[in-house]
Amino acid sequence: MSENDNLYWQENIRILKILLSIWFVVSFLMSVIFVDQLDVIRFGGFKFGFWMAQQGSIYVYVILIIVYIKFMDGLDKKYHHEEKDILAEEQASQNS
Amino acid sequence: MSLQVLTYIFVGLTFSLYIGIAIWSRASSTRDFYIAGAHVSPLANGLATAADWMSAASFISMAGIVSFMGRDGSVYLMGWTGGYVLLALMIAPYLREFGKFTVPDFIGDRYYSQLARTVALVCAIFVSFTYVAGQMRGVGVVFSRFLEVDINLGVLIGMGIVFFYAVLGGMKGITYTQVAQYCVLIFAYMVPAVFISILLTDNIIPQIGFGSELNDSFGGGYLLDRLDGLHEELGFAAYTEGVRSSLDVLFITAALIMGTAGLPHVIIRFFTVPSVRAARKSAGYALFFIAILYTTAPAIAAFARTNLINTVNNAQYLEMPGWFRTWENTGLISFDDKNEDGRIQYVADPDINELTVDRDIIVLANPEISQLPNWVIALVAAGGLAAALSTAAGLLLVISTSISHDLLKSNLMPNISEKQELLFARIAIFFAVCIAGYFGINPPGFVAQVVAFAFGLAAASFFPAIVLGIFSTRMNKEGAVSGMIAGIVFTASYIIYFKFINPAIDNADNWWWGVSPEGIGTLGMLLNFIVALVVCNLTPEPPQAVKDMVLDIRVPGKPE
Repeated sequence: MSENDNLYWQENIRILKILLSIWFVVSFLMSVIFVDQLDVIRFGGFKFGFWMAQQGSIYVYVILIIVYIKFMDGLDKKYHHEEKDILAEEQASQNS
Repeated sequence: MSLQVLTYIFVGLTFSLYIGIAIWSRASSTRDFYIAGAHVSPLANGLATAADWMSAASFISMAGIVSFMGRDGSVYLMGWTGGYVLLALMIAPYLREFGKFTVPDFIGDRYYSQLARTVALVCAIFVSFTYVAGQMRGVGVVFSRFLEVDINLGVLIGMGIVFFYAVLGGMKGITYTQVAQYCVLIFAYMVPAVFISILLTDNIIPQIGFGSELNDSFGGGYLLDRLDGLHEELGFAAYTEGVRSSLDVLFITAALIMGTAGLPHVIIRFFTVPSVRAARKSAGYALFFIAILYTTAPAIAAFARTNLINTVNNAQYLEMPGWFRTWENTGLISFDDKNEDGRIQYVADPDINELTVDRDIIVLANPEISQLPNWVIALVAAGGLAAALSTAAGLLLVISTSISHDLLKSNLMPNISEKQELLFARIAIFFAVCIAGYFGINPPGFVAQVVAFAFGLAAASFFPAIVLGIFSTRMNKEGAVSGMIAGIVFTASYIIYFKFINPAIDNADNWWWGVSPEGIGTLGMLLNFIVALVVCNLTPEPPQAVKDMVLDIRVPGKPE
């Protein structure tokens, strides 16, 4: 693996560790282990722990994936690993 | 217009749409048949994956299950969404860069072993068949509930439709019909949800209505507080509190999450997009579209439960509203006036309780409870069918490709031509549809348990093998195969013992460390990791060519 690729992979691993830690905390700590303790906090008609377990964690999951996509797009550009966008090219040649 | 006629129209229209799409997207090569020519846009793939994921169970039963389980229902809400984070971050991009056709392709190549490929394809077939049995049954159930068609005829009609677009179009036909099916099912799910939210809280967004105050006709106060109060009055545990042990909740959630990330019919969806970037994006889209339904479900659960208790609690049996009667006639609600006072006592104590409610009512009765017109109910029927058919199709494709590609082309008959492989793929789908239909008509009594089985096995076999294959260059064939076998045997034995051999002792006193069969897949997964790592360090390293392959798939942009 070239030095370039190695650095790319190191940064990839780093973002994974960060995002997966958040995922772990939200899924297992906030929504299961500490859910009763978090229920003390209320907002609107929700107890926070209950809300986290039934809805909040899902919102976090979506955000985590969006953050990952944006980060990896940047990483691809930085290390010159952009791929051809086949579908966009076909669209363009159809329109011309 | 009568409900039946409307339902026939809606179902007929949607089925015509699927057939039209099938004809438009005929497959003419194995690349088309297996991975839709790798030409599916991230948005379309996200929609298709969401439809593929949301089965008849998600559509009809999940809100009901959550409404009866209260907070513990989160095992399913998180369990069936959390895995997409793992897929997006740890699996989809790399498997797309690997670029072949199936999961056993990856396992077989990565672990340079026909044994590994065979173990993988047997698992894939087993997991997919157990899952698909429930789907065909679901199709029959929707037909019989809404169209008053005999259940078995319903299964046959479903088989016919799936057969048509799966055999004709393979993955291409399946993907684009799934896109249409998502649109149908999400519309069918959200319309009643919005209206029941308005009915109870005047809020048009169910997710927000969930945390809002009840309107005046329901007496004000926050919905969830009222529900907790009602529950406690009647002897149930508070809705927002859990009953199951934290450890079991943890293990079940983890088994479902890791199982999600190991299910072949979900993983292959990421082979159909043109690039690694597209694979990541489509995973994001998929979870977004799935989340629309999954964040609505707990809201529906709470609304419907509150409305149910409010309506029946100590009320006169003879004054029950129309929807109560309709569903009483189908047997989903039944009343037994034990104290003969003409009033309904719905309480936790089974000796006093007079009302038996089937969980599926929560979604099925929603439109009538919200006083929606008949066309909405017809739409729900079409939506339930869309959900069942889309999932069934994805599973059938995995079975077919496991046979034609992994068993025949890559293993037993490597010299068949592409045309022959395509023919075998079509024949395999035909037989798979027939067998799935057979199980739809004669379901094993244990369909729901068997789906839990599928998740546990996927978590204990595929998930570790794939993740180790990508993130470790050291993992070798001896490690991976031993790990998979250890995981499968442990998980399968535990589940078979408690669910089939000795169901009488299937309770928390007898489970190991209090972990139920639904959650044992997590332990199986851990066992797989441990065995794989130990064996791997005692046996030779993989060949350099394989290590190079691993390094290659970690980086996008390799020339095709």
